[in-house]
Amino acid sequence: MDLNLTSEQQQFRDELRAWLAANVPPPFAGSTNEEEKGEHFEYLRRWQRKVFDAGWAGISWPKEYGGRGAALIEQAILTEEWARAEAPQLINQLGLSLIGPTIIAVGTAEQKARFLPRILSCEEVWCQGFSEPNSGSDVASLATKATLDDDHFIVNGQKIWTSLAHVADWCLLLVRTDPNVPKHKGITALLVDMHSPGVDVRPLKQMNGDASFNEVFFDNVRVPVANVLGEINKGWSTAITTLMNERAHLGTGIYVAFKRNLDQLIAHARQMKRNGKPTAQDPVMRQKLAQAFMELEIFRLTNTRALSKMNNQHVPGPEGSILKIQWSEYNQRFQQIAMETLGPVAQLHGFDNGKWIYDFLRTRANTIEAGTSEIQRNIVAERVLGLPKSYQS
Amino acid sequence: MDFDLSKAQKLLQQSARDFFARECKPERVRALMATDTAFDAELWQAMADQGFTGLIIPEEYGGLGLSLVDLIAVAEEMGRACLPGPFLSTLWAASLIQHAGNEGQRKQYLEPISAGELKATVALLEESADWNPDAVELRAEKDGKEYRLRGAKHFVTDAGIADLIIVVARGDEGLVLLPVEKGATGLTITATPGIDATRKLCTVEFDNVAVPEANALAFTTKTKAALESATDIANVALCAEMLGGMQWTLETTVEYAKTRQQFGKPIGIYQAVQHQCADMFNLTESARSAVYNAAWAVSENEPTAKLAVSVAKGFCSDAAREVGNRGVQIHGGIGFTWEHNIQLYYKRAKSSEIQFGDANYHREEIARRVIDETD
Repeated sequence: MDLNLTSEQQQFRDELRAWLAANVPPPFAGSTNEEEKGEHFEYLRRWQRKVFDAGWAGISWPKEYGGRGAALIEQAILTEEWARAEAPQLINQLGLSLIGPTIIAVGTAEQKARFLPRILSCEEVWCQGFSEPNSGSDVASLATKATLDDDHFIVNGQKIWTSLAHVADWCLLLVRTDPNVPKHKGITALLVDMHSPGVDVRPLKQMNGDASFNEVFFDNVRVPVANVLGEINKGWSTAITTLMNERAHLGTGIYVAFKRNLDQLIAHARQMKRNGKPTAQDPVMRQKLAQAFMELEIFRLTNTRALSKMNNQHVPGPEGSILKIQWSEYNQRFQQIAMETLGPVAQLHGFDNGKWIYDFLRTRANTIEAGTSEIQRNIVAERVLGLPKSYQS
Repeated sequence: MDFDLSKAQKLLQQSARDFFARECKPERVRALMATDTAFDAELWQAMADQGFTGLIIPEEYGGLGLSLVDLIAVAEEMGRACLPGPFLSTLWAASLIQHAGNEGQRKQYLEPISAGELKATVALLEESADWNPDAVELRAEKDGKEYRLRGAKHFVTDAGIADLIIVVARGDEGLVLLPVEKGATGLTITATPGIDATRKLCTVEFDNVAVPEANALAFTTKTKAALESATDIANVALCAEMLGGMQWTLETTVEYAKTRQQFGKPIGIYQAVQHQCADMFNLTESARSAVYNAAWAVSENEPTAKLAVSVAKGFCSDAAREVGNRGVQIHGGIGFTWEHNIQLYYKRAKSSEIQFGDANYHREEIARRVIDETD
């Protein structure tokens, strides 16, 4: 075991730290509750462009595609430095961490040249069209269909829970191209221009009042065959590549936001009063805040441990499969602690721009999106612990 | 960066696993539980022959001079075997002597500890049962060239078998660390049997026990720091033991879920069982991250070491119990019996939870470092 950074890694960290110190913009002035819309979206887009220009976007991508070929450890260092500098997250996250790497893995030379640079620079924002109203955890049962018409596919159907679709220029879309074979064998992955005629994006209003997800309807949308990612009817394996990248990327970015929330809450607890003393001195709240710190620290450590194993052995270790459960369930517990720490004002839209109620409600989705807690536990039980499969997929 | 045991550490761990599987079978554990001291001279000597008793003691005192990270690789296997006896107590005392003793004291005590000839423990807790050394009240009165100890220590692990008890007492100058040898005049040791028969607790009473002033460890203001450092080492080793117990419980439970049949199928096919196993895995691997990190931080004297120790012990305290809860539940009726070995691990997890401070204690430690100390 050696948790020290090598001299190259230290140099990388110092360089990044210096750049962030000089370039992180002041926090967005307005409400950030409308996650990626209007002014806030433009603010985040400008930030990613700046990050890209300085060469810090997609550092783990190969050099030939605009990255730095950085090891996963550098990615972890980047995450920690991002948190330390309180830098905004990169808006084109799906493109950077999921779709770009999938294009790198299975895309054609033309696709790579056409799409990759614009993902890094945020010139084109991406979304991911996997889930459907009747295909949630069982994604492979998807029904959106695409039929071949000369050199185009004609796409018809509906996707749901599509993050960023309202601002996205492109979508990695899973469609059914052969209904007459077992469900995993008739799926194709398409790169779809979201500005095509027949694409209709409708925001899906959530319990917290925001619409960070969308429904996307496809009505005779024409997609060139050249935009098949991977092979026709081999889309499930393309999807698996994407999902593997999701796992490889692990908690990158999430820790940044969580640490900032915890620091902000502790700062509030020092200022606010309870029973005539600072809330931070209340023995019950101290226990709860410390528990949150402990759990977040363990998430950071487990994430680093998983990255280290991937980095050194090039295979994901079993600890990687628990990260989704860890961060999503931590965040729900944390938001409850936040409400308790802040007391009655926490429920008001007028306090901190309504951030705390917004986040409190938003976290309900954490254990549903990107693989429900139930599916994650199935995966751990079957693939890691070797228990018999409980259902037919 | 490599956030995993090295190849050499994994080899060491495997050899420890093989050793305890051979030398510390459940029947032997149960036989030792039924004794007053849980001590087996033959097993202890075999451990010494492996180098375990002097694993982190410097080579100049007969030890192997390895690091705390090496030690946790072995301690995890002690937890897997539910090893009874005074290993942790002796490690705690040895670390205290290493941190607070002078050259002569180190030589006098660490050499026989390495060789397996001396078992030792530390007497810290009093009626207040407070792990913070500031709570120590037991008086060490100066009487010429001697200290005189009067009072009682509680929850002293393995005092009944220890050849040496290092007593944390309060003198006029502050905390003092006084070595008291077995059989000293005025010393009374009473067993206080508890939930975990593999780790024997005692009350130790001092009726005017004399300790020559020259024998005291650490005649400096660094007494408290030395005590805290030694406790951190023993605490990390304890966490690694707890991790080993969790790993055993997880593996045993998953194996049971694969073989136990109900409604014509192995119970491990049912998601209600699967998800509890997944939770046990999550808790165990989370504990592993925290324990490895704490071992590294303490071993490298990182500024965050104390925080890392509290994160590890705070987490392991709750996690080991919860892994046990789920393990017993999945075993069903058999898991509640005296016959099944899971009860040994369940009880050990409970006594380990308490030793060196439970989750509440360590959460307050975390709060002091994270909430109160601003940068």
